Order: sequence, then structure tokens, then C-alpha cells
Amino acid sequence: MANEVVLLDFWPSMFGMRVRIALAEKGIKYEYKEEDLKNKSPLLLEMNPINKQIPVLIHNGKPVCESLIIVQYIDEVWNDKSPLLPSDPYQRAQARFWADFVDKKVYGASRKVWSTKGEEQEAGKKEFFEILKTLEVELGDKPYFGGETFGYVDLSFITFYSWFQAYEVFGNINIEAECPKIIAWAKRCLQKESVAKTLPDQKKVYEFVAQMRKRFVSE
Amino acid sequence: MAGEVVLLNFWPSLFGLRVRIALAEKGIKYESKEEDLSNKSPLLLEMNPIIKQIPVLIHNGKPVCESLIIVQYIDEVWNDKSPLLPSDPYQRAQARFWADFVDKKVYVASRKVWRPKREEQEEGKKEFLETLKTMEGELGDKPYFGGETFGYVDISLIPFYSWFHAYKVLDNINMEAECPKIIAWAKRCMQKEAVAKTFPDPKKVYEFVAQTRKKYVSA
Repeated sequence: MANEVVLLDFWPSMFGMRVRIALAEKGIKYEYKEEDLKNKSPLLLEMNPINKQIPVLIHNGKPVCESLIIVQYIDEVWNDKSPLLPSDPYQRAQARFWADFVDKKVYGASRKVWSTKGEEQEAGKKEFFEILKTLEVELGDKPYFGGETFGYVDLSFITFYSWFQAYEVFGNINIEAECPKIIAWAKRCLQKESVAKTLPDQKKVYEFVAQMRKRFVSE
Repeated sequence: MAGEVVLLNFWPSLFGLRVRIALAEKGIKYESKEEDLSNKSPLLLEMNPIIKQIPVLIHNGKPVCESLIIVQYIDEVWNDKSPLLPSDPYQRAQARFWADFVDKKVYVASRKVWRPKREEQEEGKKEFLETLKTMEGELGDKPYFGGETFGYVDISLIPFYSWFHAYKVLDNINMEAECPKIIAWAKRCMQKEAVAKTFPDPKKVYEFVAQTRKKYVSA
């Protein structure tokens, strides 16, 4: 089977990072194409005409869009190693629930932390920690959200870790003090090659966010 | 595989209707428990402590939450008849993309139809119709979104049809004129026993929608 895999992505995107980790976990060779989101390529617009967003996985010329849908696709096609989702349907439903929770809650709250100020930011910070604490409870004493092994929920959330320095500086917060279990879990995930090699340096992300923040917050 | 199936629901809910259609397609016997959303039952709060919303499927005492996650769970557990998702991973990824589009775009836009001011209502209607026209484009000449057979994407969208009459009378949205293919598709779906027998009474829906609408629309 000829297997041409191309990933349209944007290096600081926590959604794109999910796909990169999944590809690394499975040992899949692929071509990485960096998109300039202010000047989207004809290929991106052709491959994702509906949402016009990255990440887009192009497998043998056919596009798959939306990071969690791409990750599930990767898990189902390259099903010979490193399963990402549980094999049991009930556990799989729970994994989907929590990844969906991360999608619906973490991004929105974290955005308020770095791109707003004053009352709105304080509300965002409160929400952000509530969400992380909910995740801490779900993690419990397990090494990973997936249990003994790194899986779908871990993958959906760990990518936000690369943005933590940005959240801490612009939000004036200390994530480790509030949510030590999350930080411990993140460091555990970083010991995995697929994660360590994928997540950009927190400082690089911080500098990127600093630039973006200027557009939202006048100081 | 069988076991005890309970559904916590609220009869006008579009999301609950998805689950009920899936259960009907599979011929699954279940107990339906109607929730009063202004006075949520201890069972609902215990079974969905995170989001505290219906629908919740309780299978042998264990809860599954979020309508599309429940539908996938039903499809995977009761996999002996009426497959809802495609068997091919690529087609499955496409089906997930479009159901996700219904959630993130069609539903969100439908909420914008009811806004306090006339101007905003017109804007909301326009956006709602655009999302449905995008769905029409995806449907093309196929009888169902799933192709020859009714499937996951059809299930994700058909519940909205139960509110179309109300939108026509109350919001002056002429679906037949704007999205004739969607209407033709919906009528085709209504010929299926699983859909026809599950759809709530149109008069009851109209009354409920009219009441709900008052909370948002001042004009």
C-alpha cells in the first residue's frame, strides 16, 4: 500500500501538535507543511474548504480534518502498534468524552487567560483552574488519563502544556502551585519520545503568544 | 450485550432525539426517564456530574454522555444490525467531520436566530441558512448523507427538522424555498420507522419552541 502522508500545520497550534504526537507514536513517516495562517495556501483551502483550518492530514491525496477526528483516523488505519484509544467500547466512550471536554473547555478558558485583562481575565483564570482541577480529579492516581499507558485523552490535553509558560506570565498564575498533579502528569508525558520531540519549547511559544497578545491587549 | 438500558432525556431535545433514533434503529429496548431541566434529578447529577446535561445513556448502570458519543457507543456495542457509521476508516472520518459540523456550526447558528433585536435575528437566520446550504452541498444527489443508507450524519441533523415548522411560523424562515434538498432529504428520513415513531408530536414541539423563543426574542 503506497502511503503518502502530508500534514498541513502551524507550529504553535496545540491542535496540530496532537496529530504530530499521534503520527510519532505510530512511527508514521510524513511530510510536514507549515502554513502561514494570514496567507493560507491553495492546498489548505482545497483540502479544507469548509473550515479552512489546520491541522489537515492528507493521506494518499485525501484530506481528513479536525484534530481529534484525525487522531482517531490514524489510530484506526495504523492499528498495528501503539493503540491510542481503548479497545473496550465503554472505555472508548469515556476517552471520547474527556477529549471532547478538553476541546470544549480548556481552549476557551485558556484564551481568556492570555488575551484579556482586568475582570475578564480574572474570570478566565478562575475558569481555567476549575477545568484543570476537574481534569486532576479524573486523572486520580493513574499515571495517565488512559490508565497505565499514554492514550487519546493524554494526547488531547498534553499539547496545551507547551503554552503554560505563556499562560503563567500573561495571567500571572502558578499552575504547579494550583494543580501539581497536572504538572506531574505533564512531566511524565514528556518522558515519552513522541511527546518530547513534538512539543515546541515553552519559551518559543511564549514569544509567539507575546506577539499575538499585542493585537488583543493594549498595555 | 443486551442488559439494562436507561435514557435520561428531555422530550424536545434535539440531542436526545439523536440517541432515541439510534436506539430505535438498533431495535434496543430501553427505559426512558424524562428530566425536568429546571429541577434535575439526583440520578442525572450522579450520572453526568461534569456537564449535568441530557441525554445520558445508562447501560448496565454505567453512564455515557454527549449525544454523538452515545450514538457511536450504541453503534459499537450493538454491532449486529443497522450499522450507523461507515466501516471504512476514511468514510468514518468524513462522517465524524460532518456530524461535528452540525454540532459546531448548524446548532450554534440556529441559536442565533433568537436574539433580542430584529437586526440580529436577520443575521442569525442568514447564518443558519448558510450552514444548511453547506449541508445541502455535502448531501449532493445522495438519498442520505450516509449514501444509500441512513446513517450517523443523517441522525445528527434530522432532529432539527422537528423545529422547522416553528421556525417557519415564528421566525418566517421558509425552508422549502431556501433549502429544498434538505426538506426532501428530511421527508425521506421521516419515512423510516425509527425516525417517524421517535419524532415528538409536532404540535407539542411548536408550543414548546414558541414558549422557549419568548425568553430570547423581544420583538
